[in-house]
Amino acid sequence: MSVSGSRHLQALLGSLGRLARNPLATALTLLVIGLALSLPTALRLFVTNVQAATGGFTSAVDLSVYLKTDVALAKAQQLARSARERPDVAEVTLIPAEQALQEFRRYSGFGAALDALQDNPLPHVLHVQPRSDAQSPAAVESLKRYLAAWPEVDLVQVDTEWVRRFNAILDVVRRLLIIAATLLGAGVLAVIGNTIRLEILNRRAEIEVTKLVGGSNAFVRRPFLYTGVLYGFGGAVLALAIVEAAVLVLGQSIATLAQLYGSRFALQGPSLDDTGILLGAGVVLGWLGAWISAARHLRSIEPRA
Amino acid sequence: MILFDRVSKRYPNGREALTSVSFQIHTGEMVFLTGRSGAGKSTVLKLIALLERPTRGIVTVGGRNTGSLRPRHVPAFRRQIGVVFQDHKLLADRPVFDNVALPLVVAGTPFRDIGKRVRAALDQVGLLGRERMLPMELSVGEQQRVGIARAVVSKPPLLIADEPTGNLDPDLALEVMRLFRRFQDVGVTVIVATHDLHVVHEFGQRAIVIENGQIQGDANDHLPSVIAVR
Repeated sequence: MSVSGSRHLQALLGSLGRLARNPLATALTLLVIGLALSLPTALRLFVTNVQAATGGFTSAVDLSVYLKTDVALAKAQQLARSARERPDVAEVTLIPAEQALQEFRRYSGFGAALDALQDNPLPHVLHVQPRSDAQSPAAVESLKRYLAAWPEVDLVQVDTEWVRRFNAILDVVRRLLIIAATLLGAGVLAVIGNTIRLEILNRRAEIEVTKLVGGSNAFVRRPFLYTGVLYGFGGAVLALAIVEAAVLVLGQSIATLAQLYGSRFALQGPSLDDTGILLGAGVVLGWLGAWISAARHLRSIEPRA
Repeated sequence: MILFDRVSKRYPNGREALTSVSFQIHTGEMVFLTGRSGAGKSTVLKLIALLERPTRGIVTVGGRNTGSLRPRHVPAFRRQIGVVFQDHKLLADRPVFDNVALPLVVAGTPFRDIGKRVRAALDQVGLLGRERMLPMELSVGEQQRVGIARAVVSKPPLLIADEPTGNLDPDLALEVMRLFRRFQDVGVTVIVATHDLHVVHEFGQRAIVIENGQIQGDANDHLPSVIAVR
């Protein structure tokens, strides 16, 4: 190993040793950093998971075409075929009135009340999905007008409004995530900076003597930078553990919830990217906080005889 | 080795510690700086080690004008000077070995050489075998010798000591001074500030007498009259 490499290793081990000698203080600092980093991580997971859970429909635009109740099933099938032939239509699903009624009976809990009805009150419904290149508001509007013009059609509903609202909400959460990450990042910076400041003051005599025998500023600063990086990295690992534990606790109940909605969605933990970003952010924040603190306070310590 | 040319030093509190002091010390000399406490002896040493900068005048150490030295070059400059303090400035929470090794670590000496050189320095001051002890576990005289070992471990060409015997009884003081002379014997320039006239007499080296920030005498082998009448 080169001389400068072994210097760094020595500084790193020295910092580790010092942290290990004060386990309680170190643990408390790590906990504060870990909690501060876990919040934005959890928010980020929330956003990615909501996107994953709703991925099937957040981007898609659906038209629900309600036929008049007196339209026969054969006619409905014929209408579905002719809708499918349009170039701007990707897919058409026919939900016959009978099937809709059964589903409604099964999921709504109004089974007994429905039995009291003599006729099926539900119409046949066509779910029309436009091609991806025909999903602009204007194209969807013209498709809607075309379908509504059929005499058998009672009502055409475009399910875009709530998708837009949903995406807007998600955007708000994403912005909240940025704000939270910025504020808590600054908090981590302050915590590490202050911890390093206290350590510099504690080791004032040692710093003075080191400068006296010819230690450069870089030499004196190095162990504090390593301490900051270790705090940042340790805090990030702790944040990761906190989030993973939360995913573990929530996972089962969320899977059950998703099943009730007929979805096979399962809560995703932090991806490899998330983990990398979190650990990287911890290291960078730790280094930066220590550097700012060291630059401020080491300069003022000069040896005097 | 060292040249003071009309050097004055005024501290921020307004006290003038040195007034137009000039003297020269050659390589390999051993010189006592003497005078009452507060006379300016420590200021001379601080100016040599660049712990202070002169208000006026020029201080040259090893051919370099210290006034033109940039701050980032100060650490490398200090590594050329071994400094011994009255309160020895050892790190209380580190064993003797770590204290003595500090100048080597700071200078980037390879690890395999550090142990050898630390033991050699401790051997020179008669403390071999005490590497793992803490400074507090040693006597005052031994602590001072650890301080000396630290000052010489990186073999600096210049050794300066500020009242190194201030806390020692006369026997220990002489012993420490003999140690300094041994370093002079191997070519090190040694400057010792002390108000201990007994020691100065005993050694008969060149002595520069400072009173009220000015040089009152500079003589070899015999003490100037200002001291003698006191």
